[in-house]
Amino acid sequence: MKNWPLWEVFIRSKNGLEHRHCGSLHASDATMALENARDVYTRRMEGVSIWVVESKYITASNPELNGEMFEPAKDKAYRHPTFYELPDELKHM
Amino acid sequence: MNESLIQYIFGIADNALILGQRLGELCGHGPTLETDIAGTNIALDLLGQTRSYYQYVAQLQGGVATEDTVAFLRLERDYKNVLLVEQPNTDFAYVMARQFLFDQFHLLLLEKLQFSQDETLAAIAKKSIKEVSYHVRFSSDWVRRLGDGTDESHERIQEAICHLWQFTEELFEMTQADSEMVVQGIGVDVSQLKKAYHQNVSEVLSEATLKTPVLEFFQKGGKTGRHSEHMGYILTDLQYMQRTFPNMTW
Repeated sequence: MKNWPLWEVFIRSKNGLEHRHCGSLHASDATMALENARDVYTRRMEGVSIWVVESKYITASNPELNGEMFEPAKDKAYRHPTFYELPDELKHM
Repeated sequence: MNESLIQYIFGIADNALILGQRLGELCGHGPTLETDIAGTNIALDLLGQTRSYYQYVAQLQGGVATEDTVAFLRLERDYKNVLLVEQPNTDFAYVMARQFLFDQFHLLLLEKLQFSQDETLAAIAKKSIKEVSYHVRFSSDWVRRLGDGTDESHERIQEAICHLWQFTEELFEMTQADSEMVVQGIGVDVSQLKKAYHQNVSEVLSEATLKTPVLEFFQKGGKTGRHSEHMGYILTDLQYMQRTFPNMTW
């Protein structure tokens, strides 16, 4: 069991919402990963749908490159659509 | 009439209590975090079902009876669970084999009990079916995995199935309370479940590349209160708090 690969678990809490990453677990294959996810992450009615994906298939950004990856966006406030005049009737924007 | 019904309910509910207790012993000791939680979830499902049954018994008994007096203050012979569920947690293969051999029976029983003339029993059965369907899936999956796994896992699960097989025949034995409740349309004729049980069990075992044991002599007695030596130890743990601190509450 020490050789079981790691899986990432995504749970959809309600129909209409997106699946969100909620954690990871060990399992020998996809079927077991789903069952384990059900037992570990949905025991308190947290979800209506589960996705699992083996962690090795996730390509992650390198934290060491965070500077060039994310910092250039910092001072570009004009990328937020905050310069439009919205009519008063428009809510939830 | 009430006494037969109560005895009948014990025949169903005590299985859930004792198996739940057995699984509960493994809480924090499962082979992996994930299987530990899965086992504990199943234990809690079973104890939840037990509570529904015992609350109904307490209501039938009236007076000072509560679900706690029903669960904790009976003597060994008053428990009517089958011998299968009191067998020890020898290793993970035994735990899964015991669960598998019981779950397969449990589901067949509840599928019939949901049509009981007794509304409370029918409702409890209907609610429990979803939980127990998952138990069947979980334990059957593990039997397949272990059977069709490594040489060692195959050998160990086969040994567990062979050892526990001697307790399976009792599942289909009719007690006096069973027969009386069947006549009234309340109870399930468990002797009729045997064929489907053997078919379902053999199917999983053959997928698991395991042999279905053939036996001539079977162990029985739990249903009439004659338990194995394990039962006393289980009750010692289970009843400790209520025996030591009578009427204690959480």
